[in-house]
Amino acid sequence: MRRLALCLLTFAVLSGCDDMTTQPKQKVYTPLVAPAKTPSDTVQFEQKPVAPPPVTLALLERGQERFRIYCTPCHSELGDGHGMIVQRGFPPPPSYHIDRLRAAPVEHFYDVITHGYGAMYSYANRVQPADRWAIAAYIRALQLSQHASIADVPADQRGKMQ
Amino acid sequence: MAAIFRPSANLAAKLILLGTAGAFLALIAWWWGFPRTNYVRNVRWTVDQPVPFSHQHHVAGLGIDCRFCHTSVEVASNAGLPPTYTCMTCHSQIWTNAALLAPVRDSLANDKPIVWHRINNLPEYVYFNHSIHIAKGVGCSSCHGAVDRLPLMSKQASFTMGFCTSCHSNPGPNLRPQSEIFNTEWHRTADTPSPAALMKLYHIPDRNLTDCSICHR
Repeated sequence: MRRLALCLLTFAVLSGCDDMTTQPKQKVYTPLVAPAKTPSDTVQFEQKPVAPPPVTLALLERGQERFRIYCTPCHSELGDGHGMIVQRGFPPPPSYHIDRLRAAPVEHFYDVITHGYGAMYSYANRVQPADRWAIAAYIRALQLSQHASIADVPADQRGKMQ
Repeated sequence: MAAIFRPSANLAAKLILLGTAGAFLALIAWWWGFPRTNYVRNVRWTVDQPVPFSHQHHVAGLGIDCRFCHTSVEVASNAGLPPTYTCMTCHSQIWTNAALLAPVRDSLANDKPIVWHRINNLPEYVYFNHSIHIAKGVGCSSCHGAVDRLPLMSKQASFTMGFCTSCHSNPGPNLRPQSEIFNTEWHRTADTPSPAALMKLYHIPDRNLTDCSICHR
C-alpha cells in the first residue's frame, strides 16, 4: 500500500515536468483600457524634437549608412530617383538635384522623413530623429557632389582630379 | 527419442537473438537520434504564413537592407518584425491588386496586425539580445543563414544550447568586420582580419562567455 502511494506521488510530481520553454512572466503587460488624458504640448518620447547637430564627418557617415538602408531603394545611391523600387513600378520621386530641392532648407528633408511626402510614407518609426538630421546632411552632400566645380577642390589636390 | 528441434533451429535461434539485440539497439538509437533530427527541430522546414513573403526576392532581387524592416536589430534585444505600414510603404503603389497581398492590405485597412508564425524560437529562460551580437561582429547569416536565398523563410540552425555554446566557447572564427555584418553572403577570405585580431578589435574579453549568467538569469 505504501509502495503504491509512493508510486502515485512520484507520478503526480513528475506530471509537473516539462522542458520549461514557456515561462510566463508574473507581471504581464496590461495596456490601459483607454489612453489616459495627455497634457497638451506633449510628444511621444521618440518623437521629441531634436535640434540639428553640427555637421561632422561622423554625422555624414552615419547619414550615408542610414541613407543606403532606407532611401536608396527608391531614391538610388545618387539621389536621382531611379532606385530599384522605382524600376519595379513605384512612382519616381524627384531628383535631389533639381533647383527646388537644392534651394529647400535642410528642415524640409527632416520633415519629409518624419511625415512622408506624396507617395512616400512616413519613416518616423524607422528613422530616429537624430538619424533624420544625419540623412538630411548626407542629402546635402549628395547635392554638392552633382554640382561641384573644380574651384571647390583645394588647390593642392586639383592635380589628382584632372 | 527424436530431437525436438531440427538442426536449422540453431540458425533461427541465433537470428532471433541477434534481431532482438539489433532491434533494441535501433530503438535506443532512434530514441537518442530522432529528437536531434532536423525534422523534429524544424531546421530548413518552411512554415505556412499568412503571406508567402520571399526574402530571396526582397533581399537578393531588390537589394533591400535587413534593417529596412528589422529596424531595431542594432539597438534592442528583439530584431523587430515590420508592421504592416512598412510593407505598404511600397505595396501601396506596386502589386496593388495582387491577391497574394490581400491580407496585407486588409491588415492596414482594418488596423489589425498580420499574425506571422514564429520560425526561430528560443526557450523563455534564454535572454538573447540581437544588438550586442551585431555590435560585437556577429553577422546575421552566422545564425540565420543565407536568407537572401530563401524564397520561404525557415530556420537555418538548430538554435539549441549546443549551437550557442559552439560559438560562445570560441567566438573568433565567427566574427567579421563591422562593414560585413548585414552581408548575407559573407564568408572569411584571405583579407579578413584574423580571429584573434577581431576579438581584440571588438574588445571581446577573455572572460568566459560560456558562463551560465551570460544567457540565463
